[in-house]
Amino acid sequence: MFDLYGYKDIFLAGAWLTLQVALLSLLLAVVLGLIAALAKLSHSSVLTGIATVYTTIIRGIPDLILMLLIFFGGQMLVNNMSYNFNEWLNGVMTGYYPNHEWTSYLPDYIDISPYFAGIVTIGFIFGAYMAETFRGAILAVDKGQMEAATAYGMNKYKRFSRIMFPQMMRHALPGLGNNWLVLLKTTALVSIIGLQDMVKIAGDASGSTQKPFTFYLVVALVFLLYTTISTSFLKWAEHKYRIQTR
Amino acid sequence: MDFSIIITEYQFYLTGLWTTTWLVALSLLIGLIIALPMGVLRSHPNWLIKGPIWAYMYFFRGTPLLVQLFLVYYGVAQFDAIRDSSLWYYFQEAWFCALLVFSLNTGAYTAEIVRGVISTMPEGELEAAKAYGMSRWQILKRITLPNSVRRALPAYSNEIIFMIHGSAIAGVVTIVDITGAARVVNARYYAPFEAYLAAGILYMCLTFSVIYLFKQWEKRYKYI
Repeated sequence: MFDLYGYKDIFLAGAWLTLQVALLSLLLAVVLGLIAALAKLSHSSVLTGIATVYTTIIRGIPDLILMLLIFFGGQMLVNNMSYNFNEWLNGVMTGYYPNHEWTSYLPDYIDISPYFAGIVTIGFIFGAYMAETFRGAILAVDKGQMEAATAYGMNKYKRFSRIMFPQMMRHALPGLGNNWLVLLKTTALVSIIGLQDMVKIAGDASGSTQKPFTFYLVVALVFLLYTTISTSFLKWAEHKYRIQTR
Repeated sequence: MDFSIIITEYQFYLTGLWTTTWLVALSLLIGLIIALPMGVLRSHPNWLIKGPIWAYMYFFRGTPLLVQLFLVYYGVAQFDAIRDSSLWYYFQEAWFCALLVFSLNTGAYTAEIVRGVISTMPEGELEAAKAYGMSRWQILKRITLPNSVRRALPAYSNEIIFMIHGSAIAGVVTIVDITGAARVVNARYYAPFEAYLAAGILYMCLTFSVIYLFKQWEKRYKYI
């Protein structure tokens, strides 16, 4: 349908990369979201405090700023830390052994890959949104269920994995689906920190072919395909796992 | 870390704050004007009216805002017809493209909110109003509007926050909004941490002011 001027294979690789980034960040977001939701509902005020600060800050700052902050700022922070550590350790060593030679104990320059930074950032951001979804879902599960599980002598881990988790996921599904759709669209931002996803490839390709509209339209259509598949899958899942009443 | 850079270059951030504010506010206003008729006509029985609106909402809600912006800002240049027309004067301006895309985007999302609110309007209230002998205009003014606004507020305040956050990509296409200001400061001093942190704090202030204002507004509807 569209002539991609020989960019078809590299474009498909980019489309696959976008999907990878989205799925891996979803995994991270679900794990972080569960931890943050449990922390929010825990009795420890320290944990609740940390989780609240996390969800509040993340939801107040745009994802692009967070991504730039973590990718560029984080990189600088890590490198400064490793530099300072090297200086400090070498200072200490020279204090003990006067003919000690300067060595880099930690690597001088750590390069954070945009792939890694993208997944970590998106996962970290959506973990905060997931936390709210999961918190609501946990609260929606009947208290008697957990009491019964305790009465059966299940330990904390079993109570969560056997009783709470299967039941809360049912309540969490609509919110989880919405978060996934937003997350999927957010992955387009990784092109800004230099990852070769399909948005970046479309940009490079339109530079050399002078056909920006064609390429960005194809990107848009691929995203539409992803969201369409996701929504139909979510509809099916919600239907399958909806609470059956007699 | 050296935050004195931010204080020296505060004027960039002020310009950025102003650009973000007017860009988002104007987009939201235009988006709302688009959304009201679209949201109402979305449930129209005629496919010739319903179909294009469905397609518009489907496209803008299903693709990333960044791709939409690139499609207009870079993509339009592909068409000689537009390049030769007087429209090109506007389309070569980044702010115009951003305003157009943001308005259409928030218009699609808001239309969905409008549609949802209308389709879940309690039937009984309308029947009661009719039974009281109110005219159509009276029903709209006294029953439908206050009820719908109240139910749409939480979703709409979310949409505003999404728009504030989404507008950050304007900095990518040369506009000096808050993100753009941070990019300029970072390019000058190579201080990414300070530059982007300051931008993040500004966005956070904007977001929380909006949340606060809407909380106050929602309170007004609490006991009605």
